[in-house]
Amino acid sequence: MFVSYKWLQDYVDLSGITPEELAEKITKSGIEVEGVETLNEGIKGVVIGYVVQREQHPNADKLNKCLVDVGEEAPIQIICGAPNVAQGQKVAVAKVGAVLPGNFKIKRAKLRGEESNGMICSLQELGMEGKIVPKEYAEGIFVFPGDAEVGTDAIGALNRDDSILELGLTPNRSDCLSMLGVAYEVAAILGREVKLPEVRLESSSEMASDYIDIKVEAKEDNPLYVAKVIRNVKIAPSPLWMQTRLMAAGIRPHNNVVDITNYILLEYGQPLHAFDYDRLGSKEIVVRRATEGETMVTLDDVKRTLSADHLVISNGKEPVALAGVMGGANSEVSSETTTVLLESAYFSGAAVRKASKDHGLRSEASARFEKGVDPNRVRVSGDRAAYLMAKYADGEVLGGSVEADTLTVEPAVVSITLEKINRVLGTELSMNVIEDIFSRLQFDTNTEEDTITVTVPTRRGDIRIEEDLIEEVARLYGYDNIPKTLPEGSSTPGHLTGYQQKRRVVRHFLEGAGLYQAVTYSLTSEERVAQYALENGEAIRLAMPMSEDRSMLRLSIVPQLLEVLKYNSARQNENFGVYETGAVFLANKGVELPEEREHLAAAITGVWHSHSWQGEKKPVDFYVLKGILEGLFNKLGVSSQINYVQAKMDGMHPGRTAEILLNGAKIGFVGQVHPTVQKNFDLKDTFVFELSLKAVLEASVEPLHYNAIPRFPSITRDIALVAEKETASGQLKEIIAEAGGKLLKDVQVFDLYEGDRMEAGKKSIAFSLKYEDPEKTLTDEEVTKVHEKVLEALKEKARAVLRG
Amino acid sequence: MQERLQELQTEVLQKIEQSENLKELNEVRVAYLGKKGPITEVLRGMGKLSAEERPKMGALVNEVREAISVKLEEKQKELEEAEVLEKLASETIDVTLPGRPVKAGSHHPLTKIIEEIEDLFIGMGYQVAEGPEVEKDYYNFEALNLPKGHPARDMQDSFYISEEILLRTHTSPVQARTMEKHQGKGPVKIICPGKVYRRDNDDATHSHQFMQIEGLVIDENIRMSDLKGTLEVFAKKIFGEDREIRLRPSFFPFTEPSVEMDISCKICGGKGCSVCKGTGWIEILGAGMVHPNVLEMAGFDSKKYTGFAFGMGPERIAMLKYGIDDIRHFYTNDVRFLTQFSRHEE
Ligand SMILES: [Zn+2]
Repeated sequence: MFVSYKWLQDYVDLSGITPEELAEKITKSGIEVEGVETLNEGIKGVVIGYVVQREQHPNADKLNKCLVDVGEEAPIQIICGAPNVAQGQKVAVAKVGAVLPGNFKIKRAKLRGEESNGMICSLQELGMEGKIVPKEYAEGIFVFPGDAEVGTDAIGALNRDDSILELGLTPNRSDCLSMLGVAYEVAAILGREVKLPEVRLESSSEMASDYIDIKVEAKEDNPLYVAKVIRNVKIAPSPLWMQTRLMAAGIRPHNNVVDITNYILLEYGQPLHAFDYDRLGSKEIVVRRATEGETMVTLDDVKRTLSADHLVISNGKEPVALAGVMGGANSEVSSETTTVLLESAYFSGAAVRKASKDHGLRSEASARFEKGVDPNRVRVSGDRAAYLMAKYADGEVLGGSVEADTLTVEPAVVSITLEKINRVLGTELSMNVIEDIFSRLQFDTNTEEDTITVTVPTRRGDIRIEEDLIEEVARLYGYDNIPKTLPEGSSTPGHLTGYQQKRRVVRHFLEGAGLYQAVTYSLTSEERVAQYALENGEAIRLAMPMSEDRSMLRLSIVPQLLEVLKYNSARQNENFGVYETGAVFLANKGVELPEEREHLAAAITGVWHSHSWQGEKKPVDFYVLKGILEGLFNKLGVSSQINYVQAKMDGMHPGRTAEILLNGAKIGFVGQVHPTVQKNFDLKDTFVFELSLKAVLEASVEPLHYNAIPRFPSITRDIALVAEKETASGQLKEIIAEAGGKLLKDVQVFDLYEGDRMEAGKKSIAFSLKYEDPEKTLTDEEVTKVHEKVLEALKEKARAVLRG
Repeated sequence: MQERLQELQTEVLQKIEQSENLKELNEVRVAYLGKKGPITEVLRGMGKLSAEERPKMGALVNEVREAISVKLEEKQKELEEAEVLEKLASETIDVTLPGRPVKAGSHHPLTKIIEEIEDLFIGMGYQVAEGPEVEKDYYNFEALNLPKGHPARDMQDSFYISEEILLRTHTSPVQARTMEKHQGKGPVKIICPGKVYRRDNDDATHSHQFMQIEGLVIDENIRMSDLKGTLEVFAKKIFGEDREIRLRPSFFPFTEPSVEMDISCKICGGKGCSVCKGTGWIEILGAGMVHPNVLEMAGFDSKKYTGFAFGMGPERIAMLKYGIDDIRHFYTNDVRFLTQFSRHEE
């Protein structure tokens, strides 16, 4: 809502308060003023001139040579390019030395050999937007009415010596979609009076009811319809002050009748519609739902196909307006109109919203109906419009109005105790302060002991319950004046859950290992969604995606991280790693909500360990990433429950990928991205893992318990084995551990050789075995006994023998 | 004999002094003190002396020996020290060359902000509550006093999956779920961080996915002044002790009264600049007293219980705090962006 500071003074005395001060006060008490625009900023030296003479420029077809009287001794010569300049016009003249918006300084000039001592201005050149300039002046200069005084300030005549407050209205404050609503608000803030607009109707002997009959079939959509008839109107431009007020509010002037309906819309917040009575085609108005497939042509010359959801005003046969949204072309007011049927009605928000949405027609009128107009302003708005039509269109207002009224209007009555107000706000206000606030709002009150009963005017439909009253008190008392305290009630322990704590441990561990945390989008494309999914779940598609790239909820995080690596690699950052924790989403047939699982994924690429001047540069490999994972599982205390098994997976290197098992159940994978995919992403060797973080964090973990430090020395035996190439070290280790029994404390691989010196299909692998007895010093014989068993088992179960 | 001894002493001490390294010194030691050395020879000649002279001479020989050993030891130490110094000098390195880098990543700046806020409120007795990102229309809207057809639903155009299920547009449904779980019994004191989604085209100030963190307190006798005090603690902790706060009335369907909180602009100190659009204040968050309908819908007696709620955007806070100019940076994950948030912050 654009509020003219000058116009607002018609209703509230603003003396002693600048527009900026007013904006600050309004903002602090509840409605955000998003900006204050000074309309004449940067404009100087523009006066009203009279075009004494106009002739063709001798050397240029498209230029006019004008003599203009600007109230000085002699008329001045101005060369003007506007096509509509003519002798006898009163126009805006920027004299030599004048300044126009954009710091455009007017200087004496010679145009094609002819002297020009200024410029005749269009409204656009004075800083107004083309779309609000009256159509007839949109392509040329603006022409003032004949009574404009030559030599006086043109900016003042155009009401541009004004400031516009731009209100950012929240949905509950639609009462301020009108100048009067703003006036009530400002009056309450300042503690001043509201002056209401003038309505003086001289009754004609003829009655409106002789002209028109109103029938409302859709009573729920339209509980109140008021029609007035104004005869003998003369269509002409509306007075300049009205035009300038409309333009300042962002509405383009048309003619006096249409402008008056728009003026009332701004003044009362009540949209009106003027029909050309003679073009209605009947003497009745029927308000009804459209029939399915019925068509009409609206004012913008677009043919609309309607449905039974749409409310129309009809002449008994065909629609003449889309109720509350736009009039029909068939009954539009034109320069030939002599009799006006003026509609002032209450349409339900739902009915108007449906039609304006379906037809893409959002207008000043529809916006107000959608939010709800004040039912008590329907009649007075119509009366005031009729009064203005009599005054500015020479119209004759017929007696009475024709109404269809099934609307019950009851103001909300809300009671509240002083104790409750103070308890909720944390204040110690007296009843006098409360009463004063409601009296400034012009709400009627009645106080009995501790209870105040407030009758809320219908213009403030947002106030219905006690809390709404508390808000009115708080905002007008001032939030600055409310004390600052902290909750005093029962104390509660603040802490993270075990799960949340562990999630933080995971983040810190991975960051300590060199990975940066990434946050990526949950929405992805259909093409990407199934890639690297941990299981074959069904993905979820949005009903109405904004783009194909963001149409489905992700099943995995790895593709998003590969995208991150690609983005960075393309910007010379080829060596680094990222991780992300976040939800993936699986459709859940039969249950309402999908299943959300928290996953952890990481991706690393390029050189991992490097120390440049020492010539060290080690690219990332499988074991770098696996090492990070192992460290993480150690940190979380779940290592003993984890296993890795060789696996194959789409998008992954067939020989360098492992499934991660937790107590035998698959919870994730780790490995190298398939070289083809790496190439598609322009990446060097890249390794990734993704796992169910939930599964890992919810795995049961033994409590920390101290184990006595061994008092007796251990004995270490190293063995070098020859085994089948396919036999995994993990398998050998398991055999060793099982055969080694209680005395075997630790097994580590310390060498691996698969080179030429080995027989085909074989490899050499060496283990270091540590034996230990907590009770005594082991003897060589005791160790040898167990060790022999280990070697026997290796031979038997894996055909692995000591290397000779 | 006596003279010979004194001559010897002078000669040896001079030789010791002239030794340039441990090897030379050792040669001197062997040459003079050894079995075939001149001092031993002098001792052998003692047998020819009278009984009175012998002890006198013996004492003198010991004296000379003692003097030589002391000198030898001194020189030995001196030469050893010199040798160590020389060795160390040869081991000198260029200490200005860079050290071996230690790999270290860091929190995403949004996580950094969220954890900072979580920790602040945990210290004030709050718990961290989480909930699904794909929500029922009921929890996202209806339970928050936003029935179907409510005009305020326009404020946050949403991604629906079906008529009843959508991507949550705020973290408030977590509040609704938590309240429901409490079955009408206070106190509730939670902070809810998480991802939310709205139908916005991604540009410098809009993102279809972003973070939110909301707080909720419900108890008997929770006052608006408690909200004001709590928000001040928050603002001063996150933005600095010197920042002022102000509350402005606003509108949210789930709170009544509703407010927006501004903090004083750090850049201009409140005088007005381009960052604060000339107002001296910067909008940080929305808040209010929990609407009685919301309390009642979750099973709380609104006559007995009151509460406050507040919600803010970690992106906006990070952008203000660190001077980040484009919200898309948070989701592009450019390393040159991420690495800037790795250091510890005072
Ligand atoms: Zn500032």
